Amino acid sequence: MVMTMTLKPPVIRTAAPHSHHPATPQPTKISVRDINVFYGEKQALNSISVEIPGKAVTAFIGPSGCGKSTFLRCINRMNDTIAGCRVEGQIVMDGQDINDRSIDPVVLRAKVGMVFQKPNPFPKSIFENVAYGPRIHGIASNKQDLEGIVEASLKKAGLWAEVSDRLNQPGTSLSGGQQQRLVIARAIAVNPEVILMDEPCSALDPIATARVEELIDELRQQFCIVIVTHSMAQAARVSQRTVFFHMGELIESGSTEEIFTNPREPRTQDYITGRIG
Amino acid sequence: MTDIAAARLKKRHAAETRFRVYGRTAIIIALSFLALLMGRIGMQGYSTFTTNTVSLSVYLDPARIDAGDLEGSNFDYVVALALLKKMGETDDDYGTNASEAMDLVSRDLGFQILNRLKAEPGLLGKTITVTGPMKANADLYYKGQLKRETAQADRRLNNHQLDWLDRLKADGDVKSGFNVAFFTHADSTEPEQAGILGAVMGSAMMLLVTALIAVPMGVLAAVWLEEFAPKNRWTDIIEVNINNLAAVPSIVYGLLGLAVFINWLGAPRGAPLTGGMVLALMALPTIIIATRSALKAVPPSIREAALGVGASRTQTVFHHVLPQAMPGVMTGTILSLAHALGETAPLLMIGMIAFNPGIPEGFTSSASVLPVQVFIWENASERAFHERTAAAIIVLLVFMIAMNAAAVILRRRFERRW
Amino acid sequence: MTVLVALALLAAFSGGVFLLGRRRAVRLAGGAPASLHSLPGYHGAWVALWAGAPAALILFAFAVFGGRMEDAALRAQAPAAISQLSEQRQEVFWSDARAEARGETSSEVRWEGDLGAAMAAKVSEARQITAYGRIAALALAGVLALVGFLLAFPRLSKDFRARNRVEGWTGVLLIACSTVAVLTTLGIVLSLLWESLRFFQAVSPLEFLLGTSWDPQIAMRADQVASSGAFGAVPLFAGTFLIMLIGMAVAAPVGLFSAIYLSEYAGPAMRATVKPLLEVLAGVPTVVYGFFAALTVGPTFRAFFNWIGSFLVGGPMDALGQYLETVQNQMALTAGVVMGIMLIPFVSSLSDDIINAVPQSLRDGSYAMGATKSETVKRVILPAALPGVVGALMLAVSRAIGETMIVTMAAGLQAKMTANPLDTVTTVTVQIVTLLTGDQEFDSPKTLAAFGLGLTLFVVTLALNVFALAIVRKYREQYD
Repeated sequence: MVMTMTLKPPVIRTAAPHSHHPATPQPTKISVRDINVFYGEKQALNSISVEIPGKAVTAFIGPSGCGKSTFLRCINRMNDTIAGCRVEGQIVMDGQDINDRSIDPVVLRAKVGMVFQKPNPFPKSIFENVAYGPRIHGIASNKQDLEGIVEASLKKAGLWAEVSDRLNQPGTSLSGGQQQRLVIARAIAVNPEVILMDEPCSALDPIATARVEELIDELRQQFCIVIVTHSMAQAARVSQRTVFFHMGELIESGSTEEIFTNPREPRTQDYITGRIG
Repeated sequence: MTDIAAARLKKRHAAETRFRVYGRTAIIIALSFLALLMGRIGMQGYSTFTTNTVSLSVYLDPARIDAGDLEGSNFDYVVALALLKKMGETDDDYGTNASEAMDLVSRDLGFQILNRLKAEPGLLGKTITVTGPMKANADLYYKGQLKRETAQADRRLNNHQLDWLDRLKADGDVKSGFNVAFFTHADSTEPEQAGILGAVMGSAMMLLVTALIAVPMGVLAAVWLEEFAPKNRWTDIIEVNINNLAAVPSIVYGLLGLAVFINWLGAPRGAPLTGGMVLALMALPTIIIATRSALKAVPPSIREAALGVGASRTQTVFHHVLPQAMPGVMTGTILSLAHALGETAPLLMIGMIAFNPGIPEGFTSSASVLPVQVFIWENASERAFHERTAAAIIVLLVFMIAMNAAAVILRRRFERRW
Repeated sequence: MTVLVALALLAAFSGGVFLLGRRRAVRLAGGAPASLHSLPGYHGAWVALWAGAPAALILFAFAVFGGRMEDAALRAQAPAAISQLSEQRQEVFWSDARAEARGETSSEVRWEGDLGAAMAAKVSEARQITAYGRIAALALAGVLALVGFLLAFPRLSKDFRARNRVEGWTGVLLIACSTVAVLTTLGIVLSLLWESLRFFQAVSPLEFLLGTSWDPQIAMRADQVASSGAFGAVPLFAGTFLIMLIGMAVAAPVGLFSAIYLSEYAGPAMRATVKPLLEVLAGVPTVVYGFFAALTVGPTFRAFFNWIGSFLVGGPMDALGQYLETVQNQMALTAGVVMGIMLIPFVSSLSDDIINAVPQSLRDGSYAMGATKSETVKRVILPAALPGVVGALMLAVSRAIGETMIVTMAAGLQAKMTANPLDTVTTVTVQIVTLLTGDQEFDSPKTLAAFGLGLTLFVVTLALNVFALAIVRKYREQYD
């Protein structure tokens, strides 16, 4: 087998064929002011301030350990569940600081859903997985209602066609890509406003990744989506805005096109051309 | 947020609080049981560690002591007379006063006089001072556990005797001090003379036998299973078998010991050797399991390094892997030996329940061990034995906690993160 | 003693042989140690093994089986005088003869006339047998040691693979040690089966397993036939079950909730204090729990119920009051509650392990959905951990059934079929202890009944353990 290798500079397309950039810039959904995060003595995030638009996909990029996941977990206060983790600063969503004492993290998390790196369906049936959120939050008033929500969520997650005939089988019996779409369905079943995704495709094969990316692009119509990724190509494909983190600091944020074609900061330039990372 | 949603949220948080309270209550219950257990035993037992001794001037009356037959003379009566004399009373015709006096002072004083007379016959006809323990009931009175307020019929000592005791105390003839006898005597039918030395020695001897059999055998078995054994059905069976053996009720090991060691092989009943063998079989599975997990924790890189410089598999295991695993092995071993130390039921099966008034002479002679001593004393009807039972438990727990602490320190000290 | 001295001599001999072997290996190497296949120490060890191991094995076997062989030799010829005696009397005769010969205390039976003469003859015969046996064993051991050495020593050479040979011996030793665990199981099964079979010759197994009357004392009377219907174990099973249920009613909720709190709610500081304290509770010997039950819990419960009763007497619930006033220390409740306390740390540490094995990602998933901690525990963690928790509880049940000292000291001896926790019941283990700690004749059905009970206990706990351990193992593999 003969292999011809042509050395070309990396080409990063900023718009996938199916992606349609909004004509008008979206209003700000979440506005972050001066966030610092500490794990015990160690400071993980250093004075982060950024605006996240609604009904668009914002990508957090940066080398591993740069703090992008930590920051993501600030937005639904998942860091509360980690012993020894301390968050300082303001994250204002719809005019309210989510770190305020009056905010109930339980309510907040119903509004801000999250999808994790590795698909984590509960060891329950597919139906019960999706019904989990509506059940605990008391969203459905009766069984028909619940079934309706489950069906709608699975449809939105593009999974309905594949699982409608086996809703009683365990969620863990699905393939990795299906599991990830199942947990996305689980997240949207409680009708959140924001969906956080922590490297949602890193455990998936390319075909499953493409399905999930397509799904993200569709969900953008309805939800504010924040996605952490260390695949720059993915960020370029799915996001409208990109935020670059490095060593616990926010280096640069802007529209995805700008960041990838014309970064202001040399460190961003270095990262997207592969010199650091 | 709608009212319904708000109400629902409130309910959810109330459920959360309730659940947290259940959890906390469970922990509080568990810990208060521990506190109650330890507290009760401490309260019941601490008084054993002090005891009251009396000093009496005894006239060695040649009329009452037969120099030719010292052993046959009633020294208890001589001591009782000395006590009566001190109280300014004499014995009556029925001997009631003397027997009341005998109820107060330990027979140990009589034995002391006997021994001194044997050594020095010239003492006959002279007055000597002997010091010895009070009888258990008198001791309890001084310690406030036998109260004058109790109706006379319900207590072991009558008012007359209590008056004497008060006078003895007032005159300074009775002194309270550390109860040495409890630690230097073996079991006795007289509570004030009963001690735990015999049981402690028995426990030590038995544990030595257990350790000598179970530790090398358990470690070597674990080495074979973890490092050499092929993975096949036979070794699977051994593994399942060992896990199950660890959960077999201890009394079944006792039945095994009775049927095989005693009735079939003729091992001596109630001896440290036999008990040690039974407990060794019992400790074996836990030692094997602990050793295996310690060996598992040694990273393969160590083995590869040794094999890489040309060591044989046996050399690799015994020169490198096992020494690395040793802290874990020791921890598991100490814990299982501590467990064996507190075991009682199997020992009852092999006849270790006899009354043993002496220090065990050897590994094949009948002996008591601490937990069995606790069981025997708990069964005794005299109240003073209950006090001693609790004290013996304190000693047993001190040993066990010391062993557990040693294991914990070992684990902390040598804990290694690879 | 003799064996110990012989073993010491043998050890010294082996030590000497070791040095000889090593020196010879050094000489063979002729100043170039690397030219040997194995280190000189291995040469020495190999020779020492041949000199020491077979002889040690013989001495060991003599120590273990010697007594039995002597006994068999002594009994080979029974004196005519004892043939009229009952079988049990004959046993006493033989054991007296052996005890007399060894200088131990014999039974109080006086052997007179023909029997006295027979006894004297057998005693001297027993002494002879012991002496001869000892000499034979020592001589055999000595010869083996010498022969082993003489055969092994000349084989040492430069190319001799001493290390491989020694490692071969080591392998055999390791395998032998592992076999002991299997032999233990075999020993348990065979001895329980053997003695139980003898018991079931006197009492039918059906009666034992289904009979509802337990009174082993009846069979003690000489004129009574053993199988007079006093060995129905159902009341014992009922009592065991009742106490186990009470124990689990205490241990399961407290242990489980403690485990949940410790793994899901408590901070590291609390875990670091509470866990060792629970370990202390777990390390307390059961005899201590028994003492606590008998002298603290029992009297407290009794006083409490009597006190309640004193209020009810004369009222509308007079009968209940009357009953409560008669409640005794040794009620099932006492033993059950204390057993529950004993099992708390067991349940909690097993459940803790199992709950910790539930992957963190499931918790994260649930929290991210806006579930509270308790919702996460109830709806995600516990369902996920259910098989493991069931396994842990089954192991606790097995412990409760096999527990002996607490029930021996705090439960009663009356075999009753009752579900009333204030009543006195007895258990399988209590009866085993009672049957075997009195004066016993080993062949009486009364003693053998203990083995029947032991077998039942072993089978039930084994079934529980095998099942529970299989569940737990499968559960662990699921999340590995």
